[in-house]
Amino acid sequence: MTVYLKNIFNDVGNVTLFASKFFKQVFTPPYEFKEFIKQCYVIGYKSIPLVAITGFIMGLVLTLQSRPTLSKFGAESWLPGMVALSLIREIAPVITALICAGKISSGIGAELGAMKVTEQIDAMEVAAINPFKYLVVTRILATTLMIPLLVILADGIGMMGGFIGINMHGDISFYRYLAKVFDSLAFIDIVPATIKTFFFGFFIGLIGCYKGYNAENGTASVGQAANSAVVTASLSIFIIDMLAVQITDLFY
Amino acid sequence: MEQETITILPQAKIEEKGPVIEITGLVKSFGENNHVLKGVNLSVNKGEDLVILGRSGSGKSITIKCIVGLVLPDEGEIKVFGENVLNLPTSKLNEVRIRIGFLFQNSALYDSMTVKQNLAFTLQRHASHLTATEVENEINAVLESVGLAEAIDKMPSELSGGMRKRIALARTLILKPEIILYDEPTTGLDTITSKEISELILDIKKNNNTTSIIITHDMACARLTADRIMILKDGVIHAEGSYLELEKSEDEWVRSFFI
Repeated sequence: MTVYLKNIFNDVGNVTLFASKFFKQVFTPPYEFKEFIKQCYVIGYKSIPLVAITGFIMGLVLTLQSRPTLSKFGAESWLPGMVALSLIREIAPVITALICAGKISSGIGAELGAMKVTEQIDAMEVAAINPFKYLVVTRILATTLMIPLLVILADGIGMMGGFIGINMHGDISFYRYLAKVFDSLAFIDIVPATIKTFFFGFFIGLIGCYKGYNAENGTASVGQAANSAVVTASLSIFIIDMLAVQITDLFY
Repeated sequence: MEQETITILPQAKIEEKGPVIEITGLVKSFGENNHVLKGVNLSVNKGEDLVILGRSGSGKSITIKCIVGLVLPDEGEIKVFGENVLNLPTSKLNEVRIRIGFLFQNSALYDSMTVKQNLAFTLQRHASHLTATEVENEINAVLESVGLAEAIDKMPSELSGGMRKRIALARTLILKPEIILYDEPTTGLDTITSKEISELILDIKKNNNTTSIIITHDMACARLTADRIMILKDGVIHAEGSYLELEKSEDEWVRSFFI
């Protein structure tokens, strides 16, 4: 148990040092702009189908599952607002971030882990190229920027799913549905939920990079890095979500 | 017959040119009980090809990784071009690294890039004044020098072991290094390809006047390329001399490498 706790604190310390190295290097030239754009494409654009399908199903299922309960109280008209609030405040950010932790964090962990064990990172270093800046800084920046955009996409497509879900048992025009959605939304529902997605993105990138960049030698460690990246990133998403909700609750 | 092709620079001539790498008292341990290097001293003169032999795990690769700052030794001093690389800040160390090429044991080509991108990646960062056409010309020239001009658009996964070694060599050569460190350049290759790589190492030396340290278990490669051979044993240099001298050594352990 003592060893287990020691390892956890050791990991937290090392991740903190890794993050501080990121902040130190992110503002100093040279900037790897081309690689950053490439990572935005790989992390953001290539995740669109997955996030879109997940978002649509989230909205549809949430609507279908909530409808019977609301019907009992004669509150079916609240359905669009309830779906929108649930999606934007909690479900879309967390589920999208978890999906991305599975897809992106594990991908980064495996890619950098493989590069580490095949000495590609060492090859960059001996060629006087800063591998941290090229591999780590670009990926963390890309996840920090792309996850919020993917969450906004999931929000929008989730509400489309909700619209279809409502129309499966009722009849509401798209215009009226949107009007009801926006009536129920306020500043406090959108801004804190969006801000926390930047943190989700940052930690998804940070943990994937940390696990891959510090993979031990041997091919088994590549799998371990990928697996550990998913588990740790998923856990960190729940912890950040809990903190974000508590902080939001203090101010509003 | 093949022994006649050995190119050995006269020792006196090498010393005139002076050492470009000097290692003094290099010590490196991993954990409390794994003392790999226990005080290695060596120097390599300009234009010389030094081959380091030794059993697996004797610290040969660690020694050359210390030279480029990939591994930090526990004790000792490493001077490259007269600069103690262990005390240099990263920016200064990088200036030294640009003058050193390193061929990794498993080639370490960037998997996600084509051959052309592998070469351009390094070149564009250190020769930003070159135009796109000049970069392309440099890449074509260096690929031709290793005999693989046709592989320019291939991915590393499409290359054989020998081709990967040649491309890795091309990537090393593109910055025109003064020193090249070869970490087991012929490991995992068939006899014919190994000979081709060894001959390529000789060609590189002839054409570019490079200084080299070659870590190898391949005695044919050692015979072909070595101006001088050092043998590591128990963390220190156990024997030193030319191929022919060491082959006739009275030390049975030294002679066992040449059987």
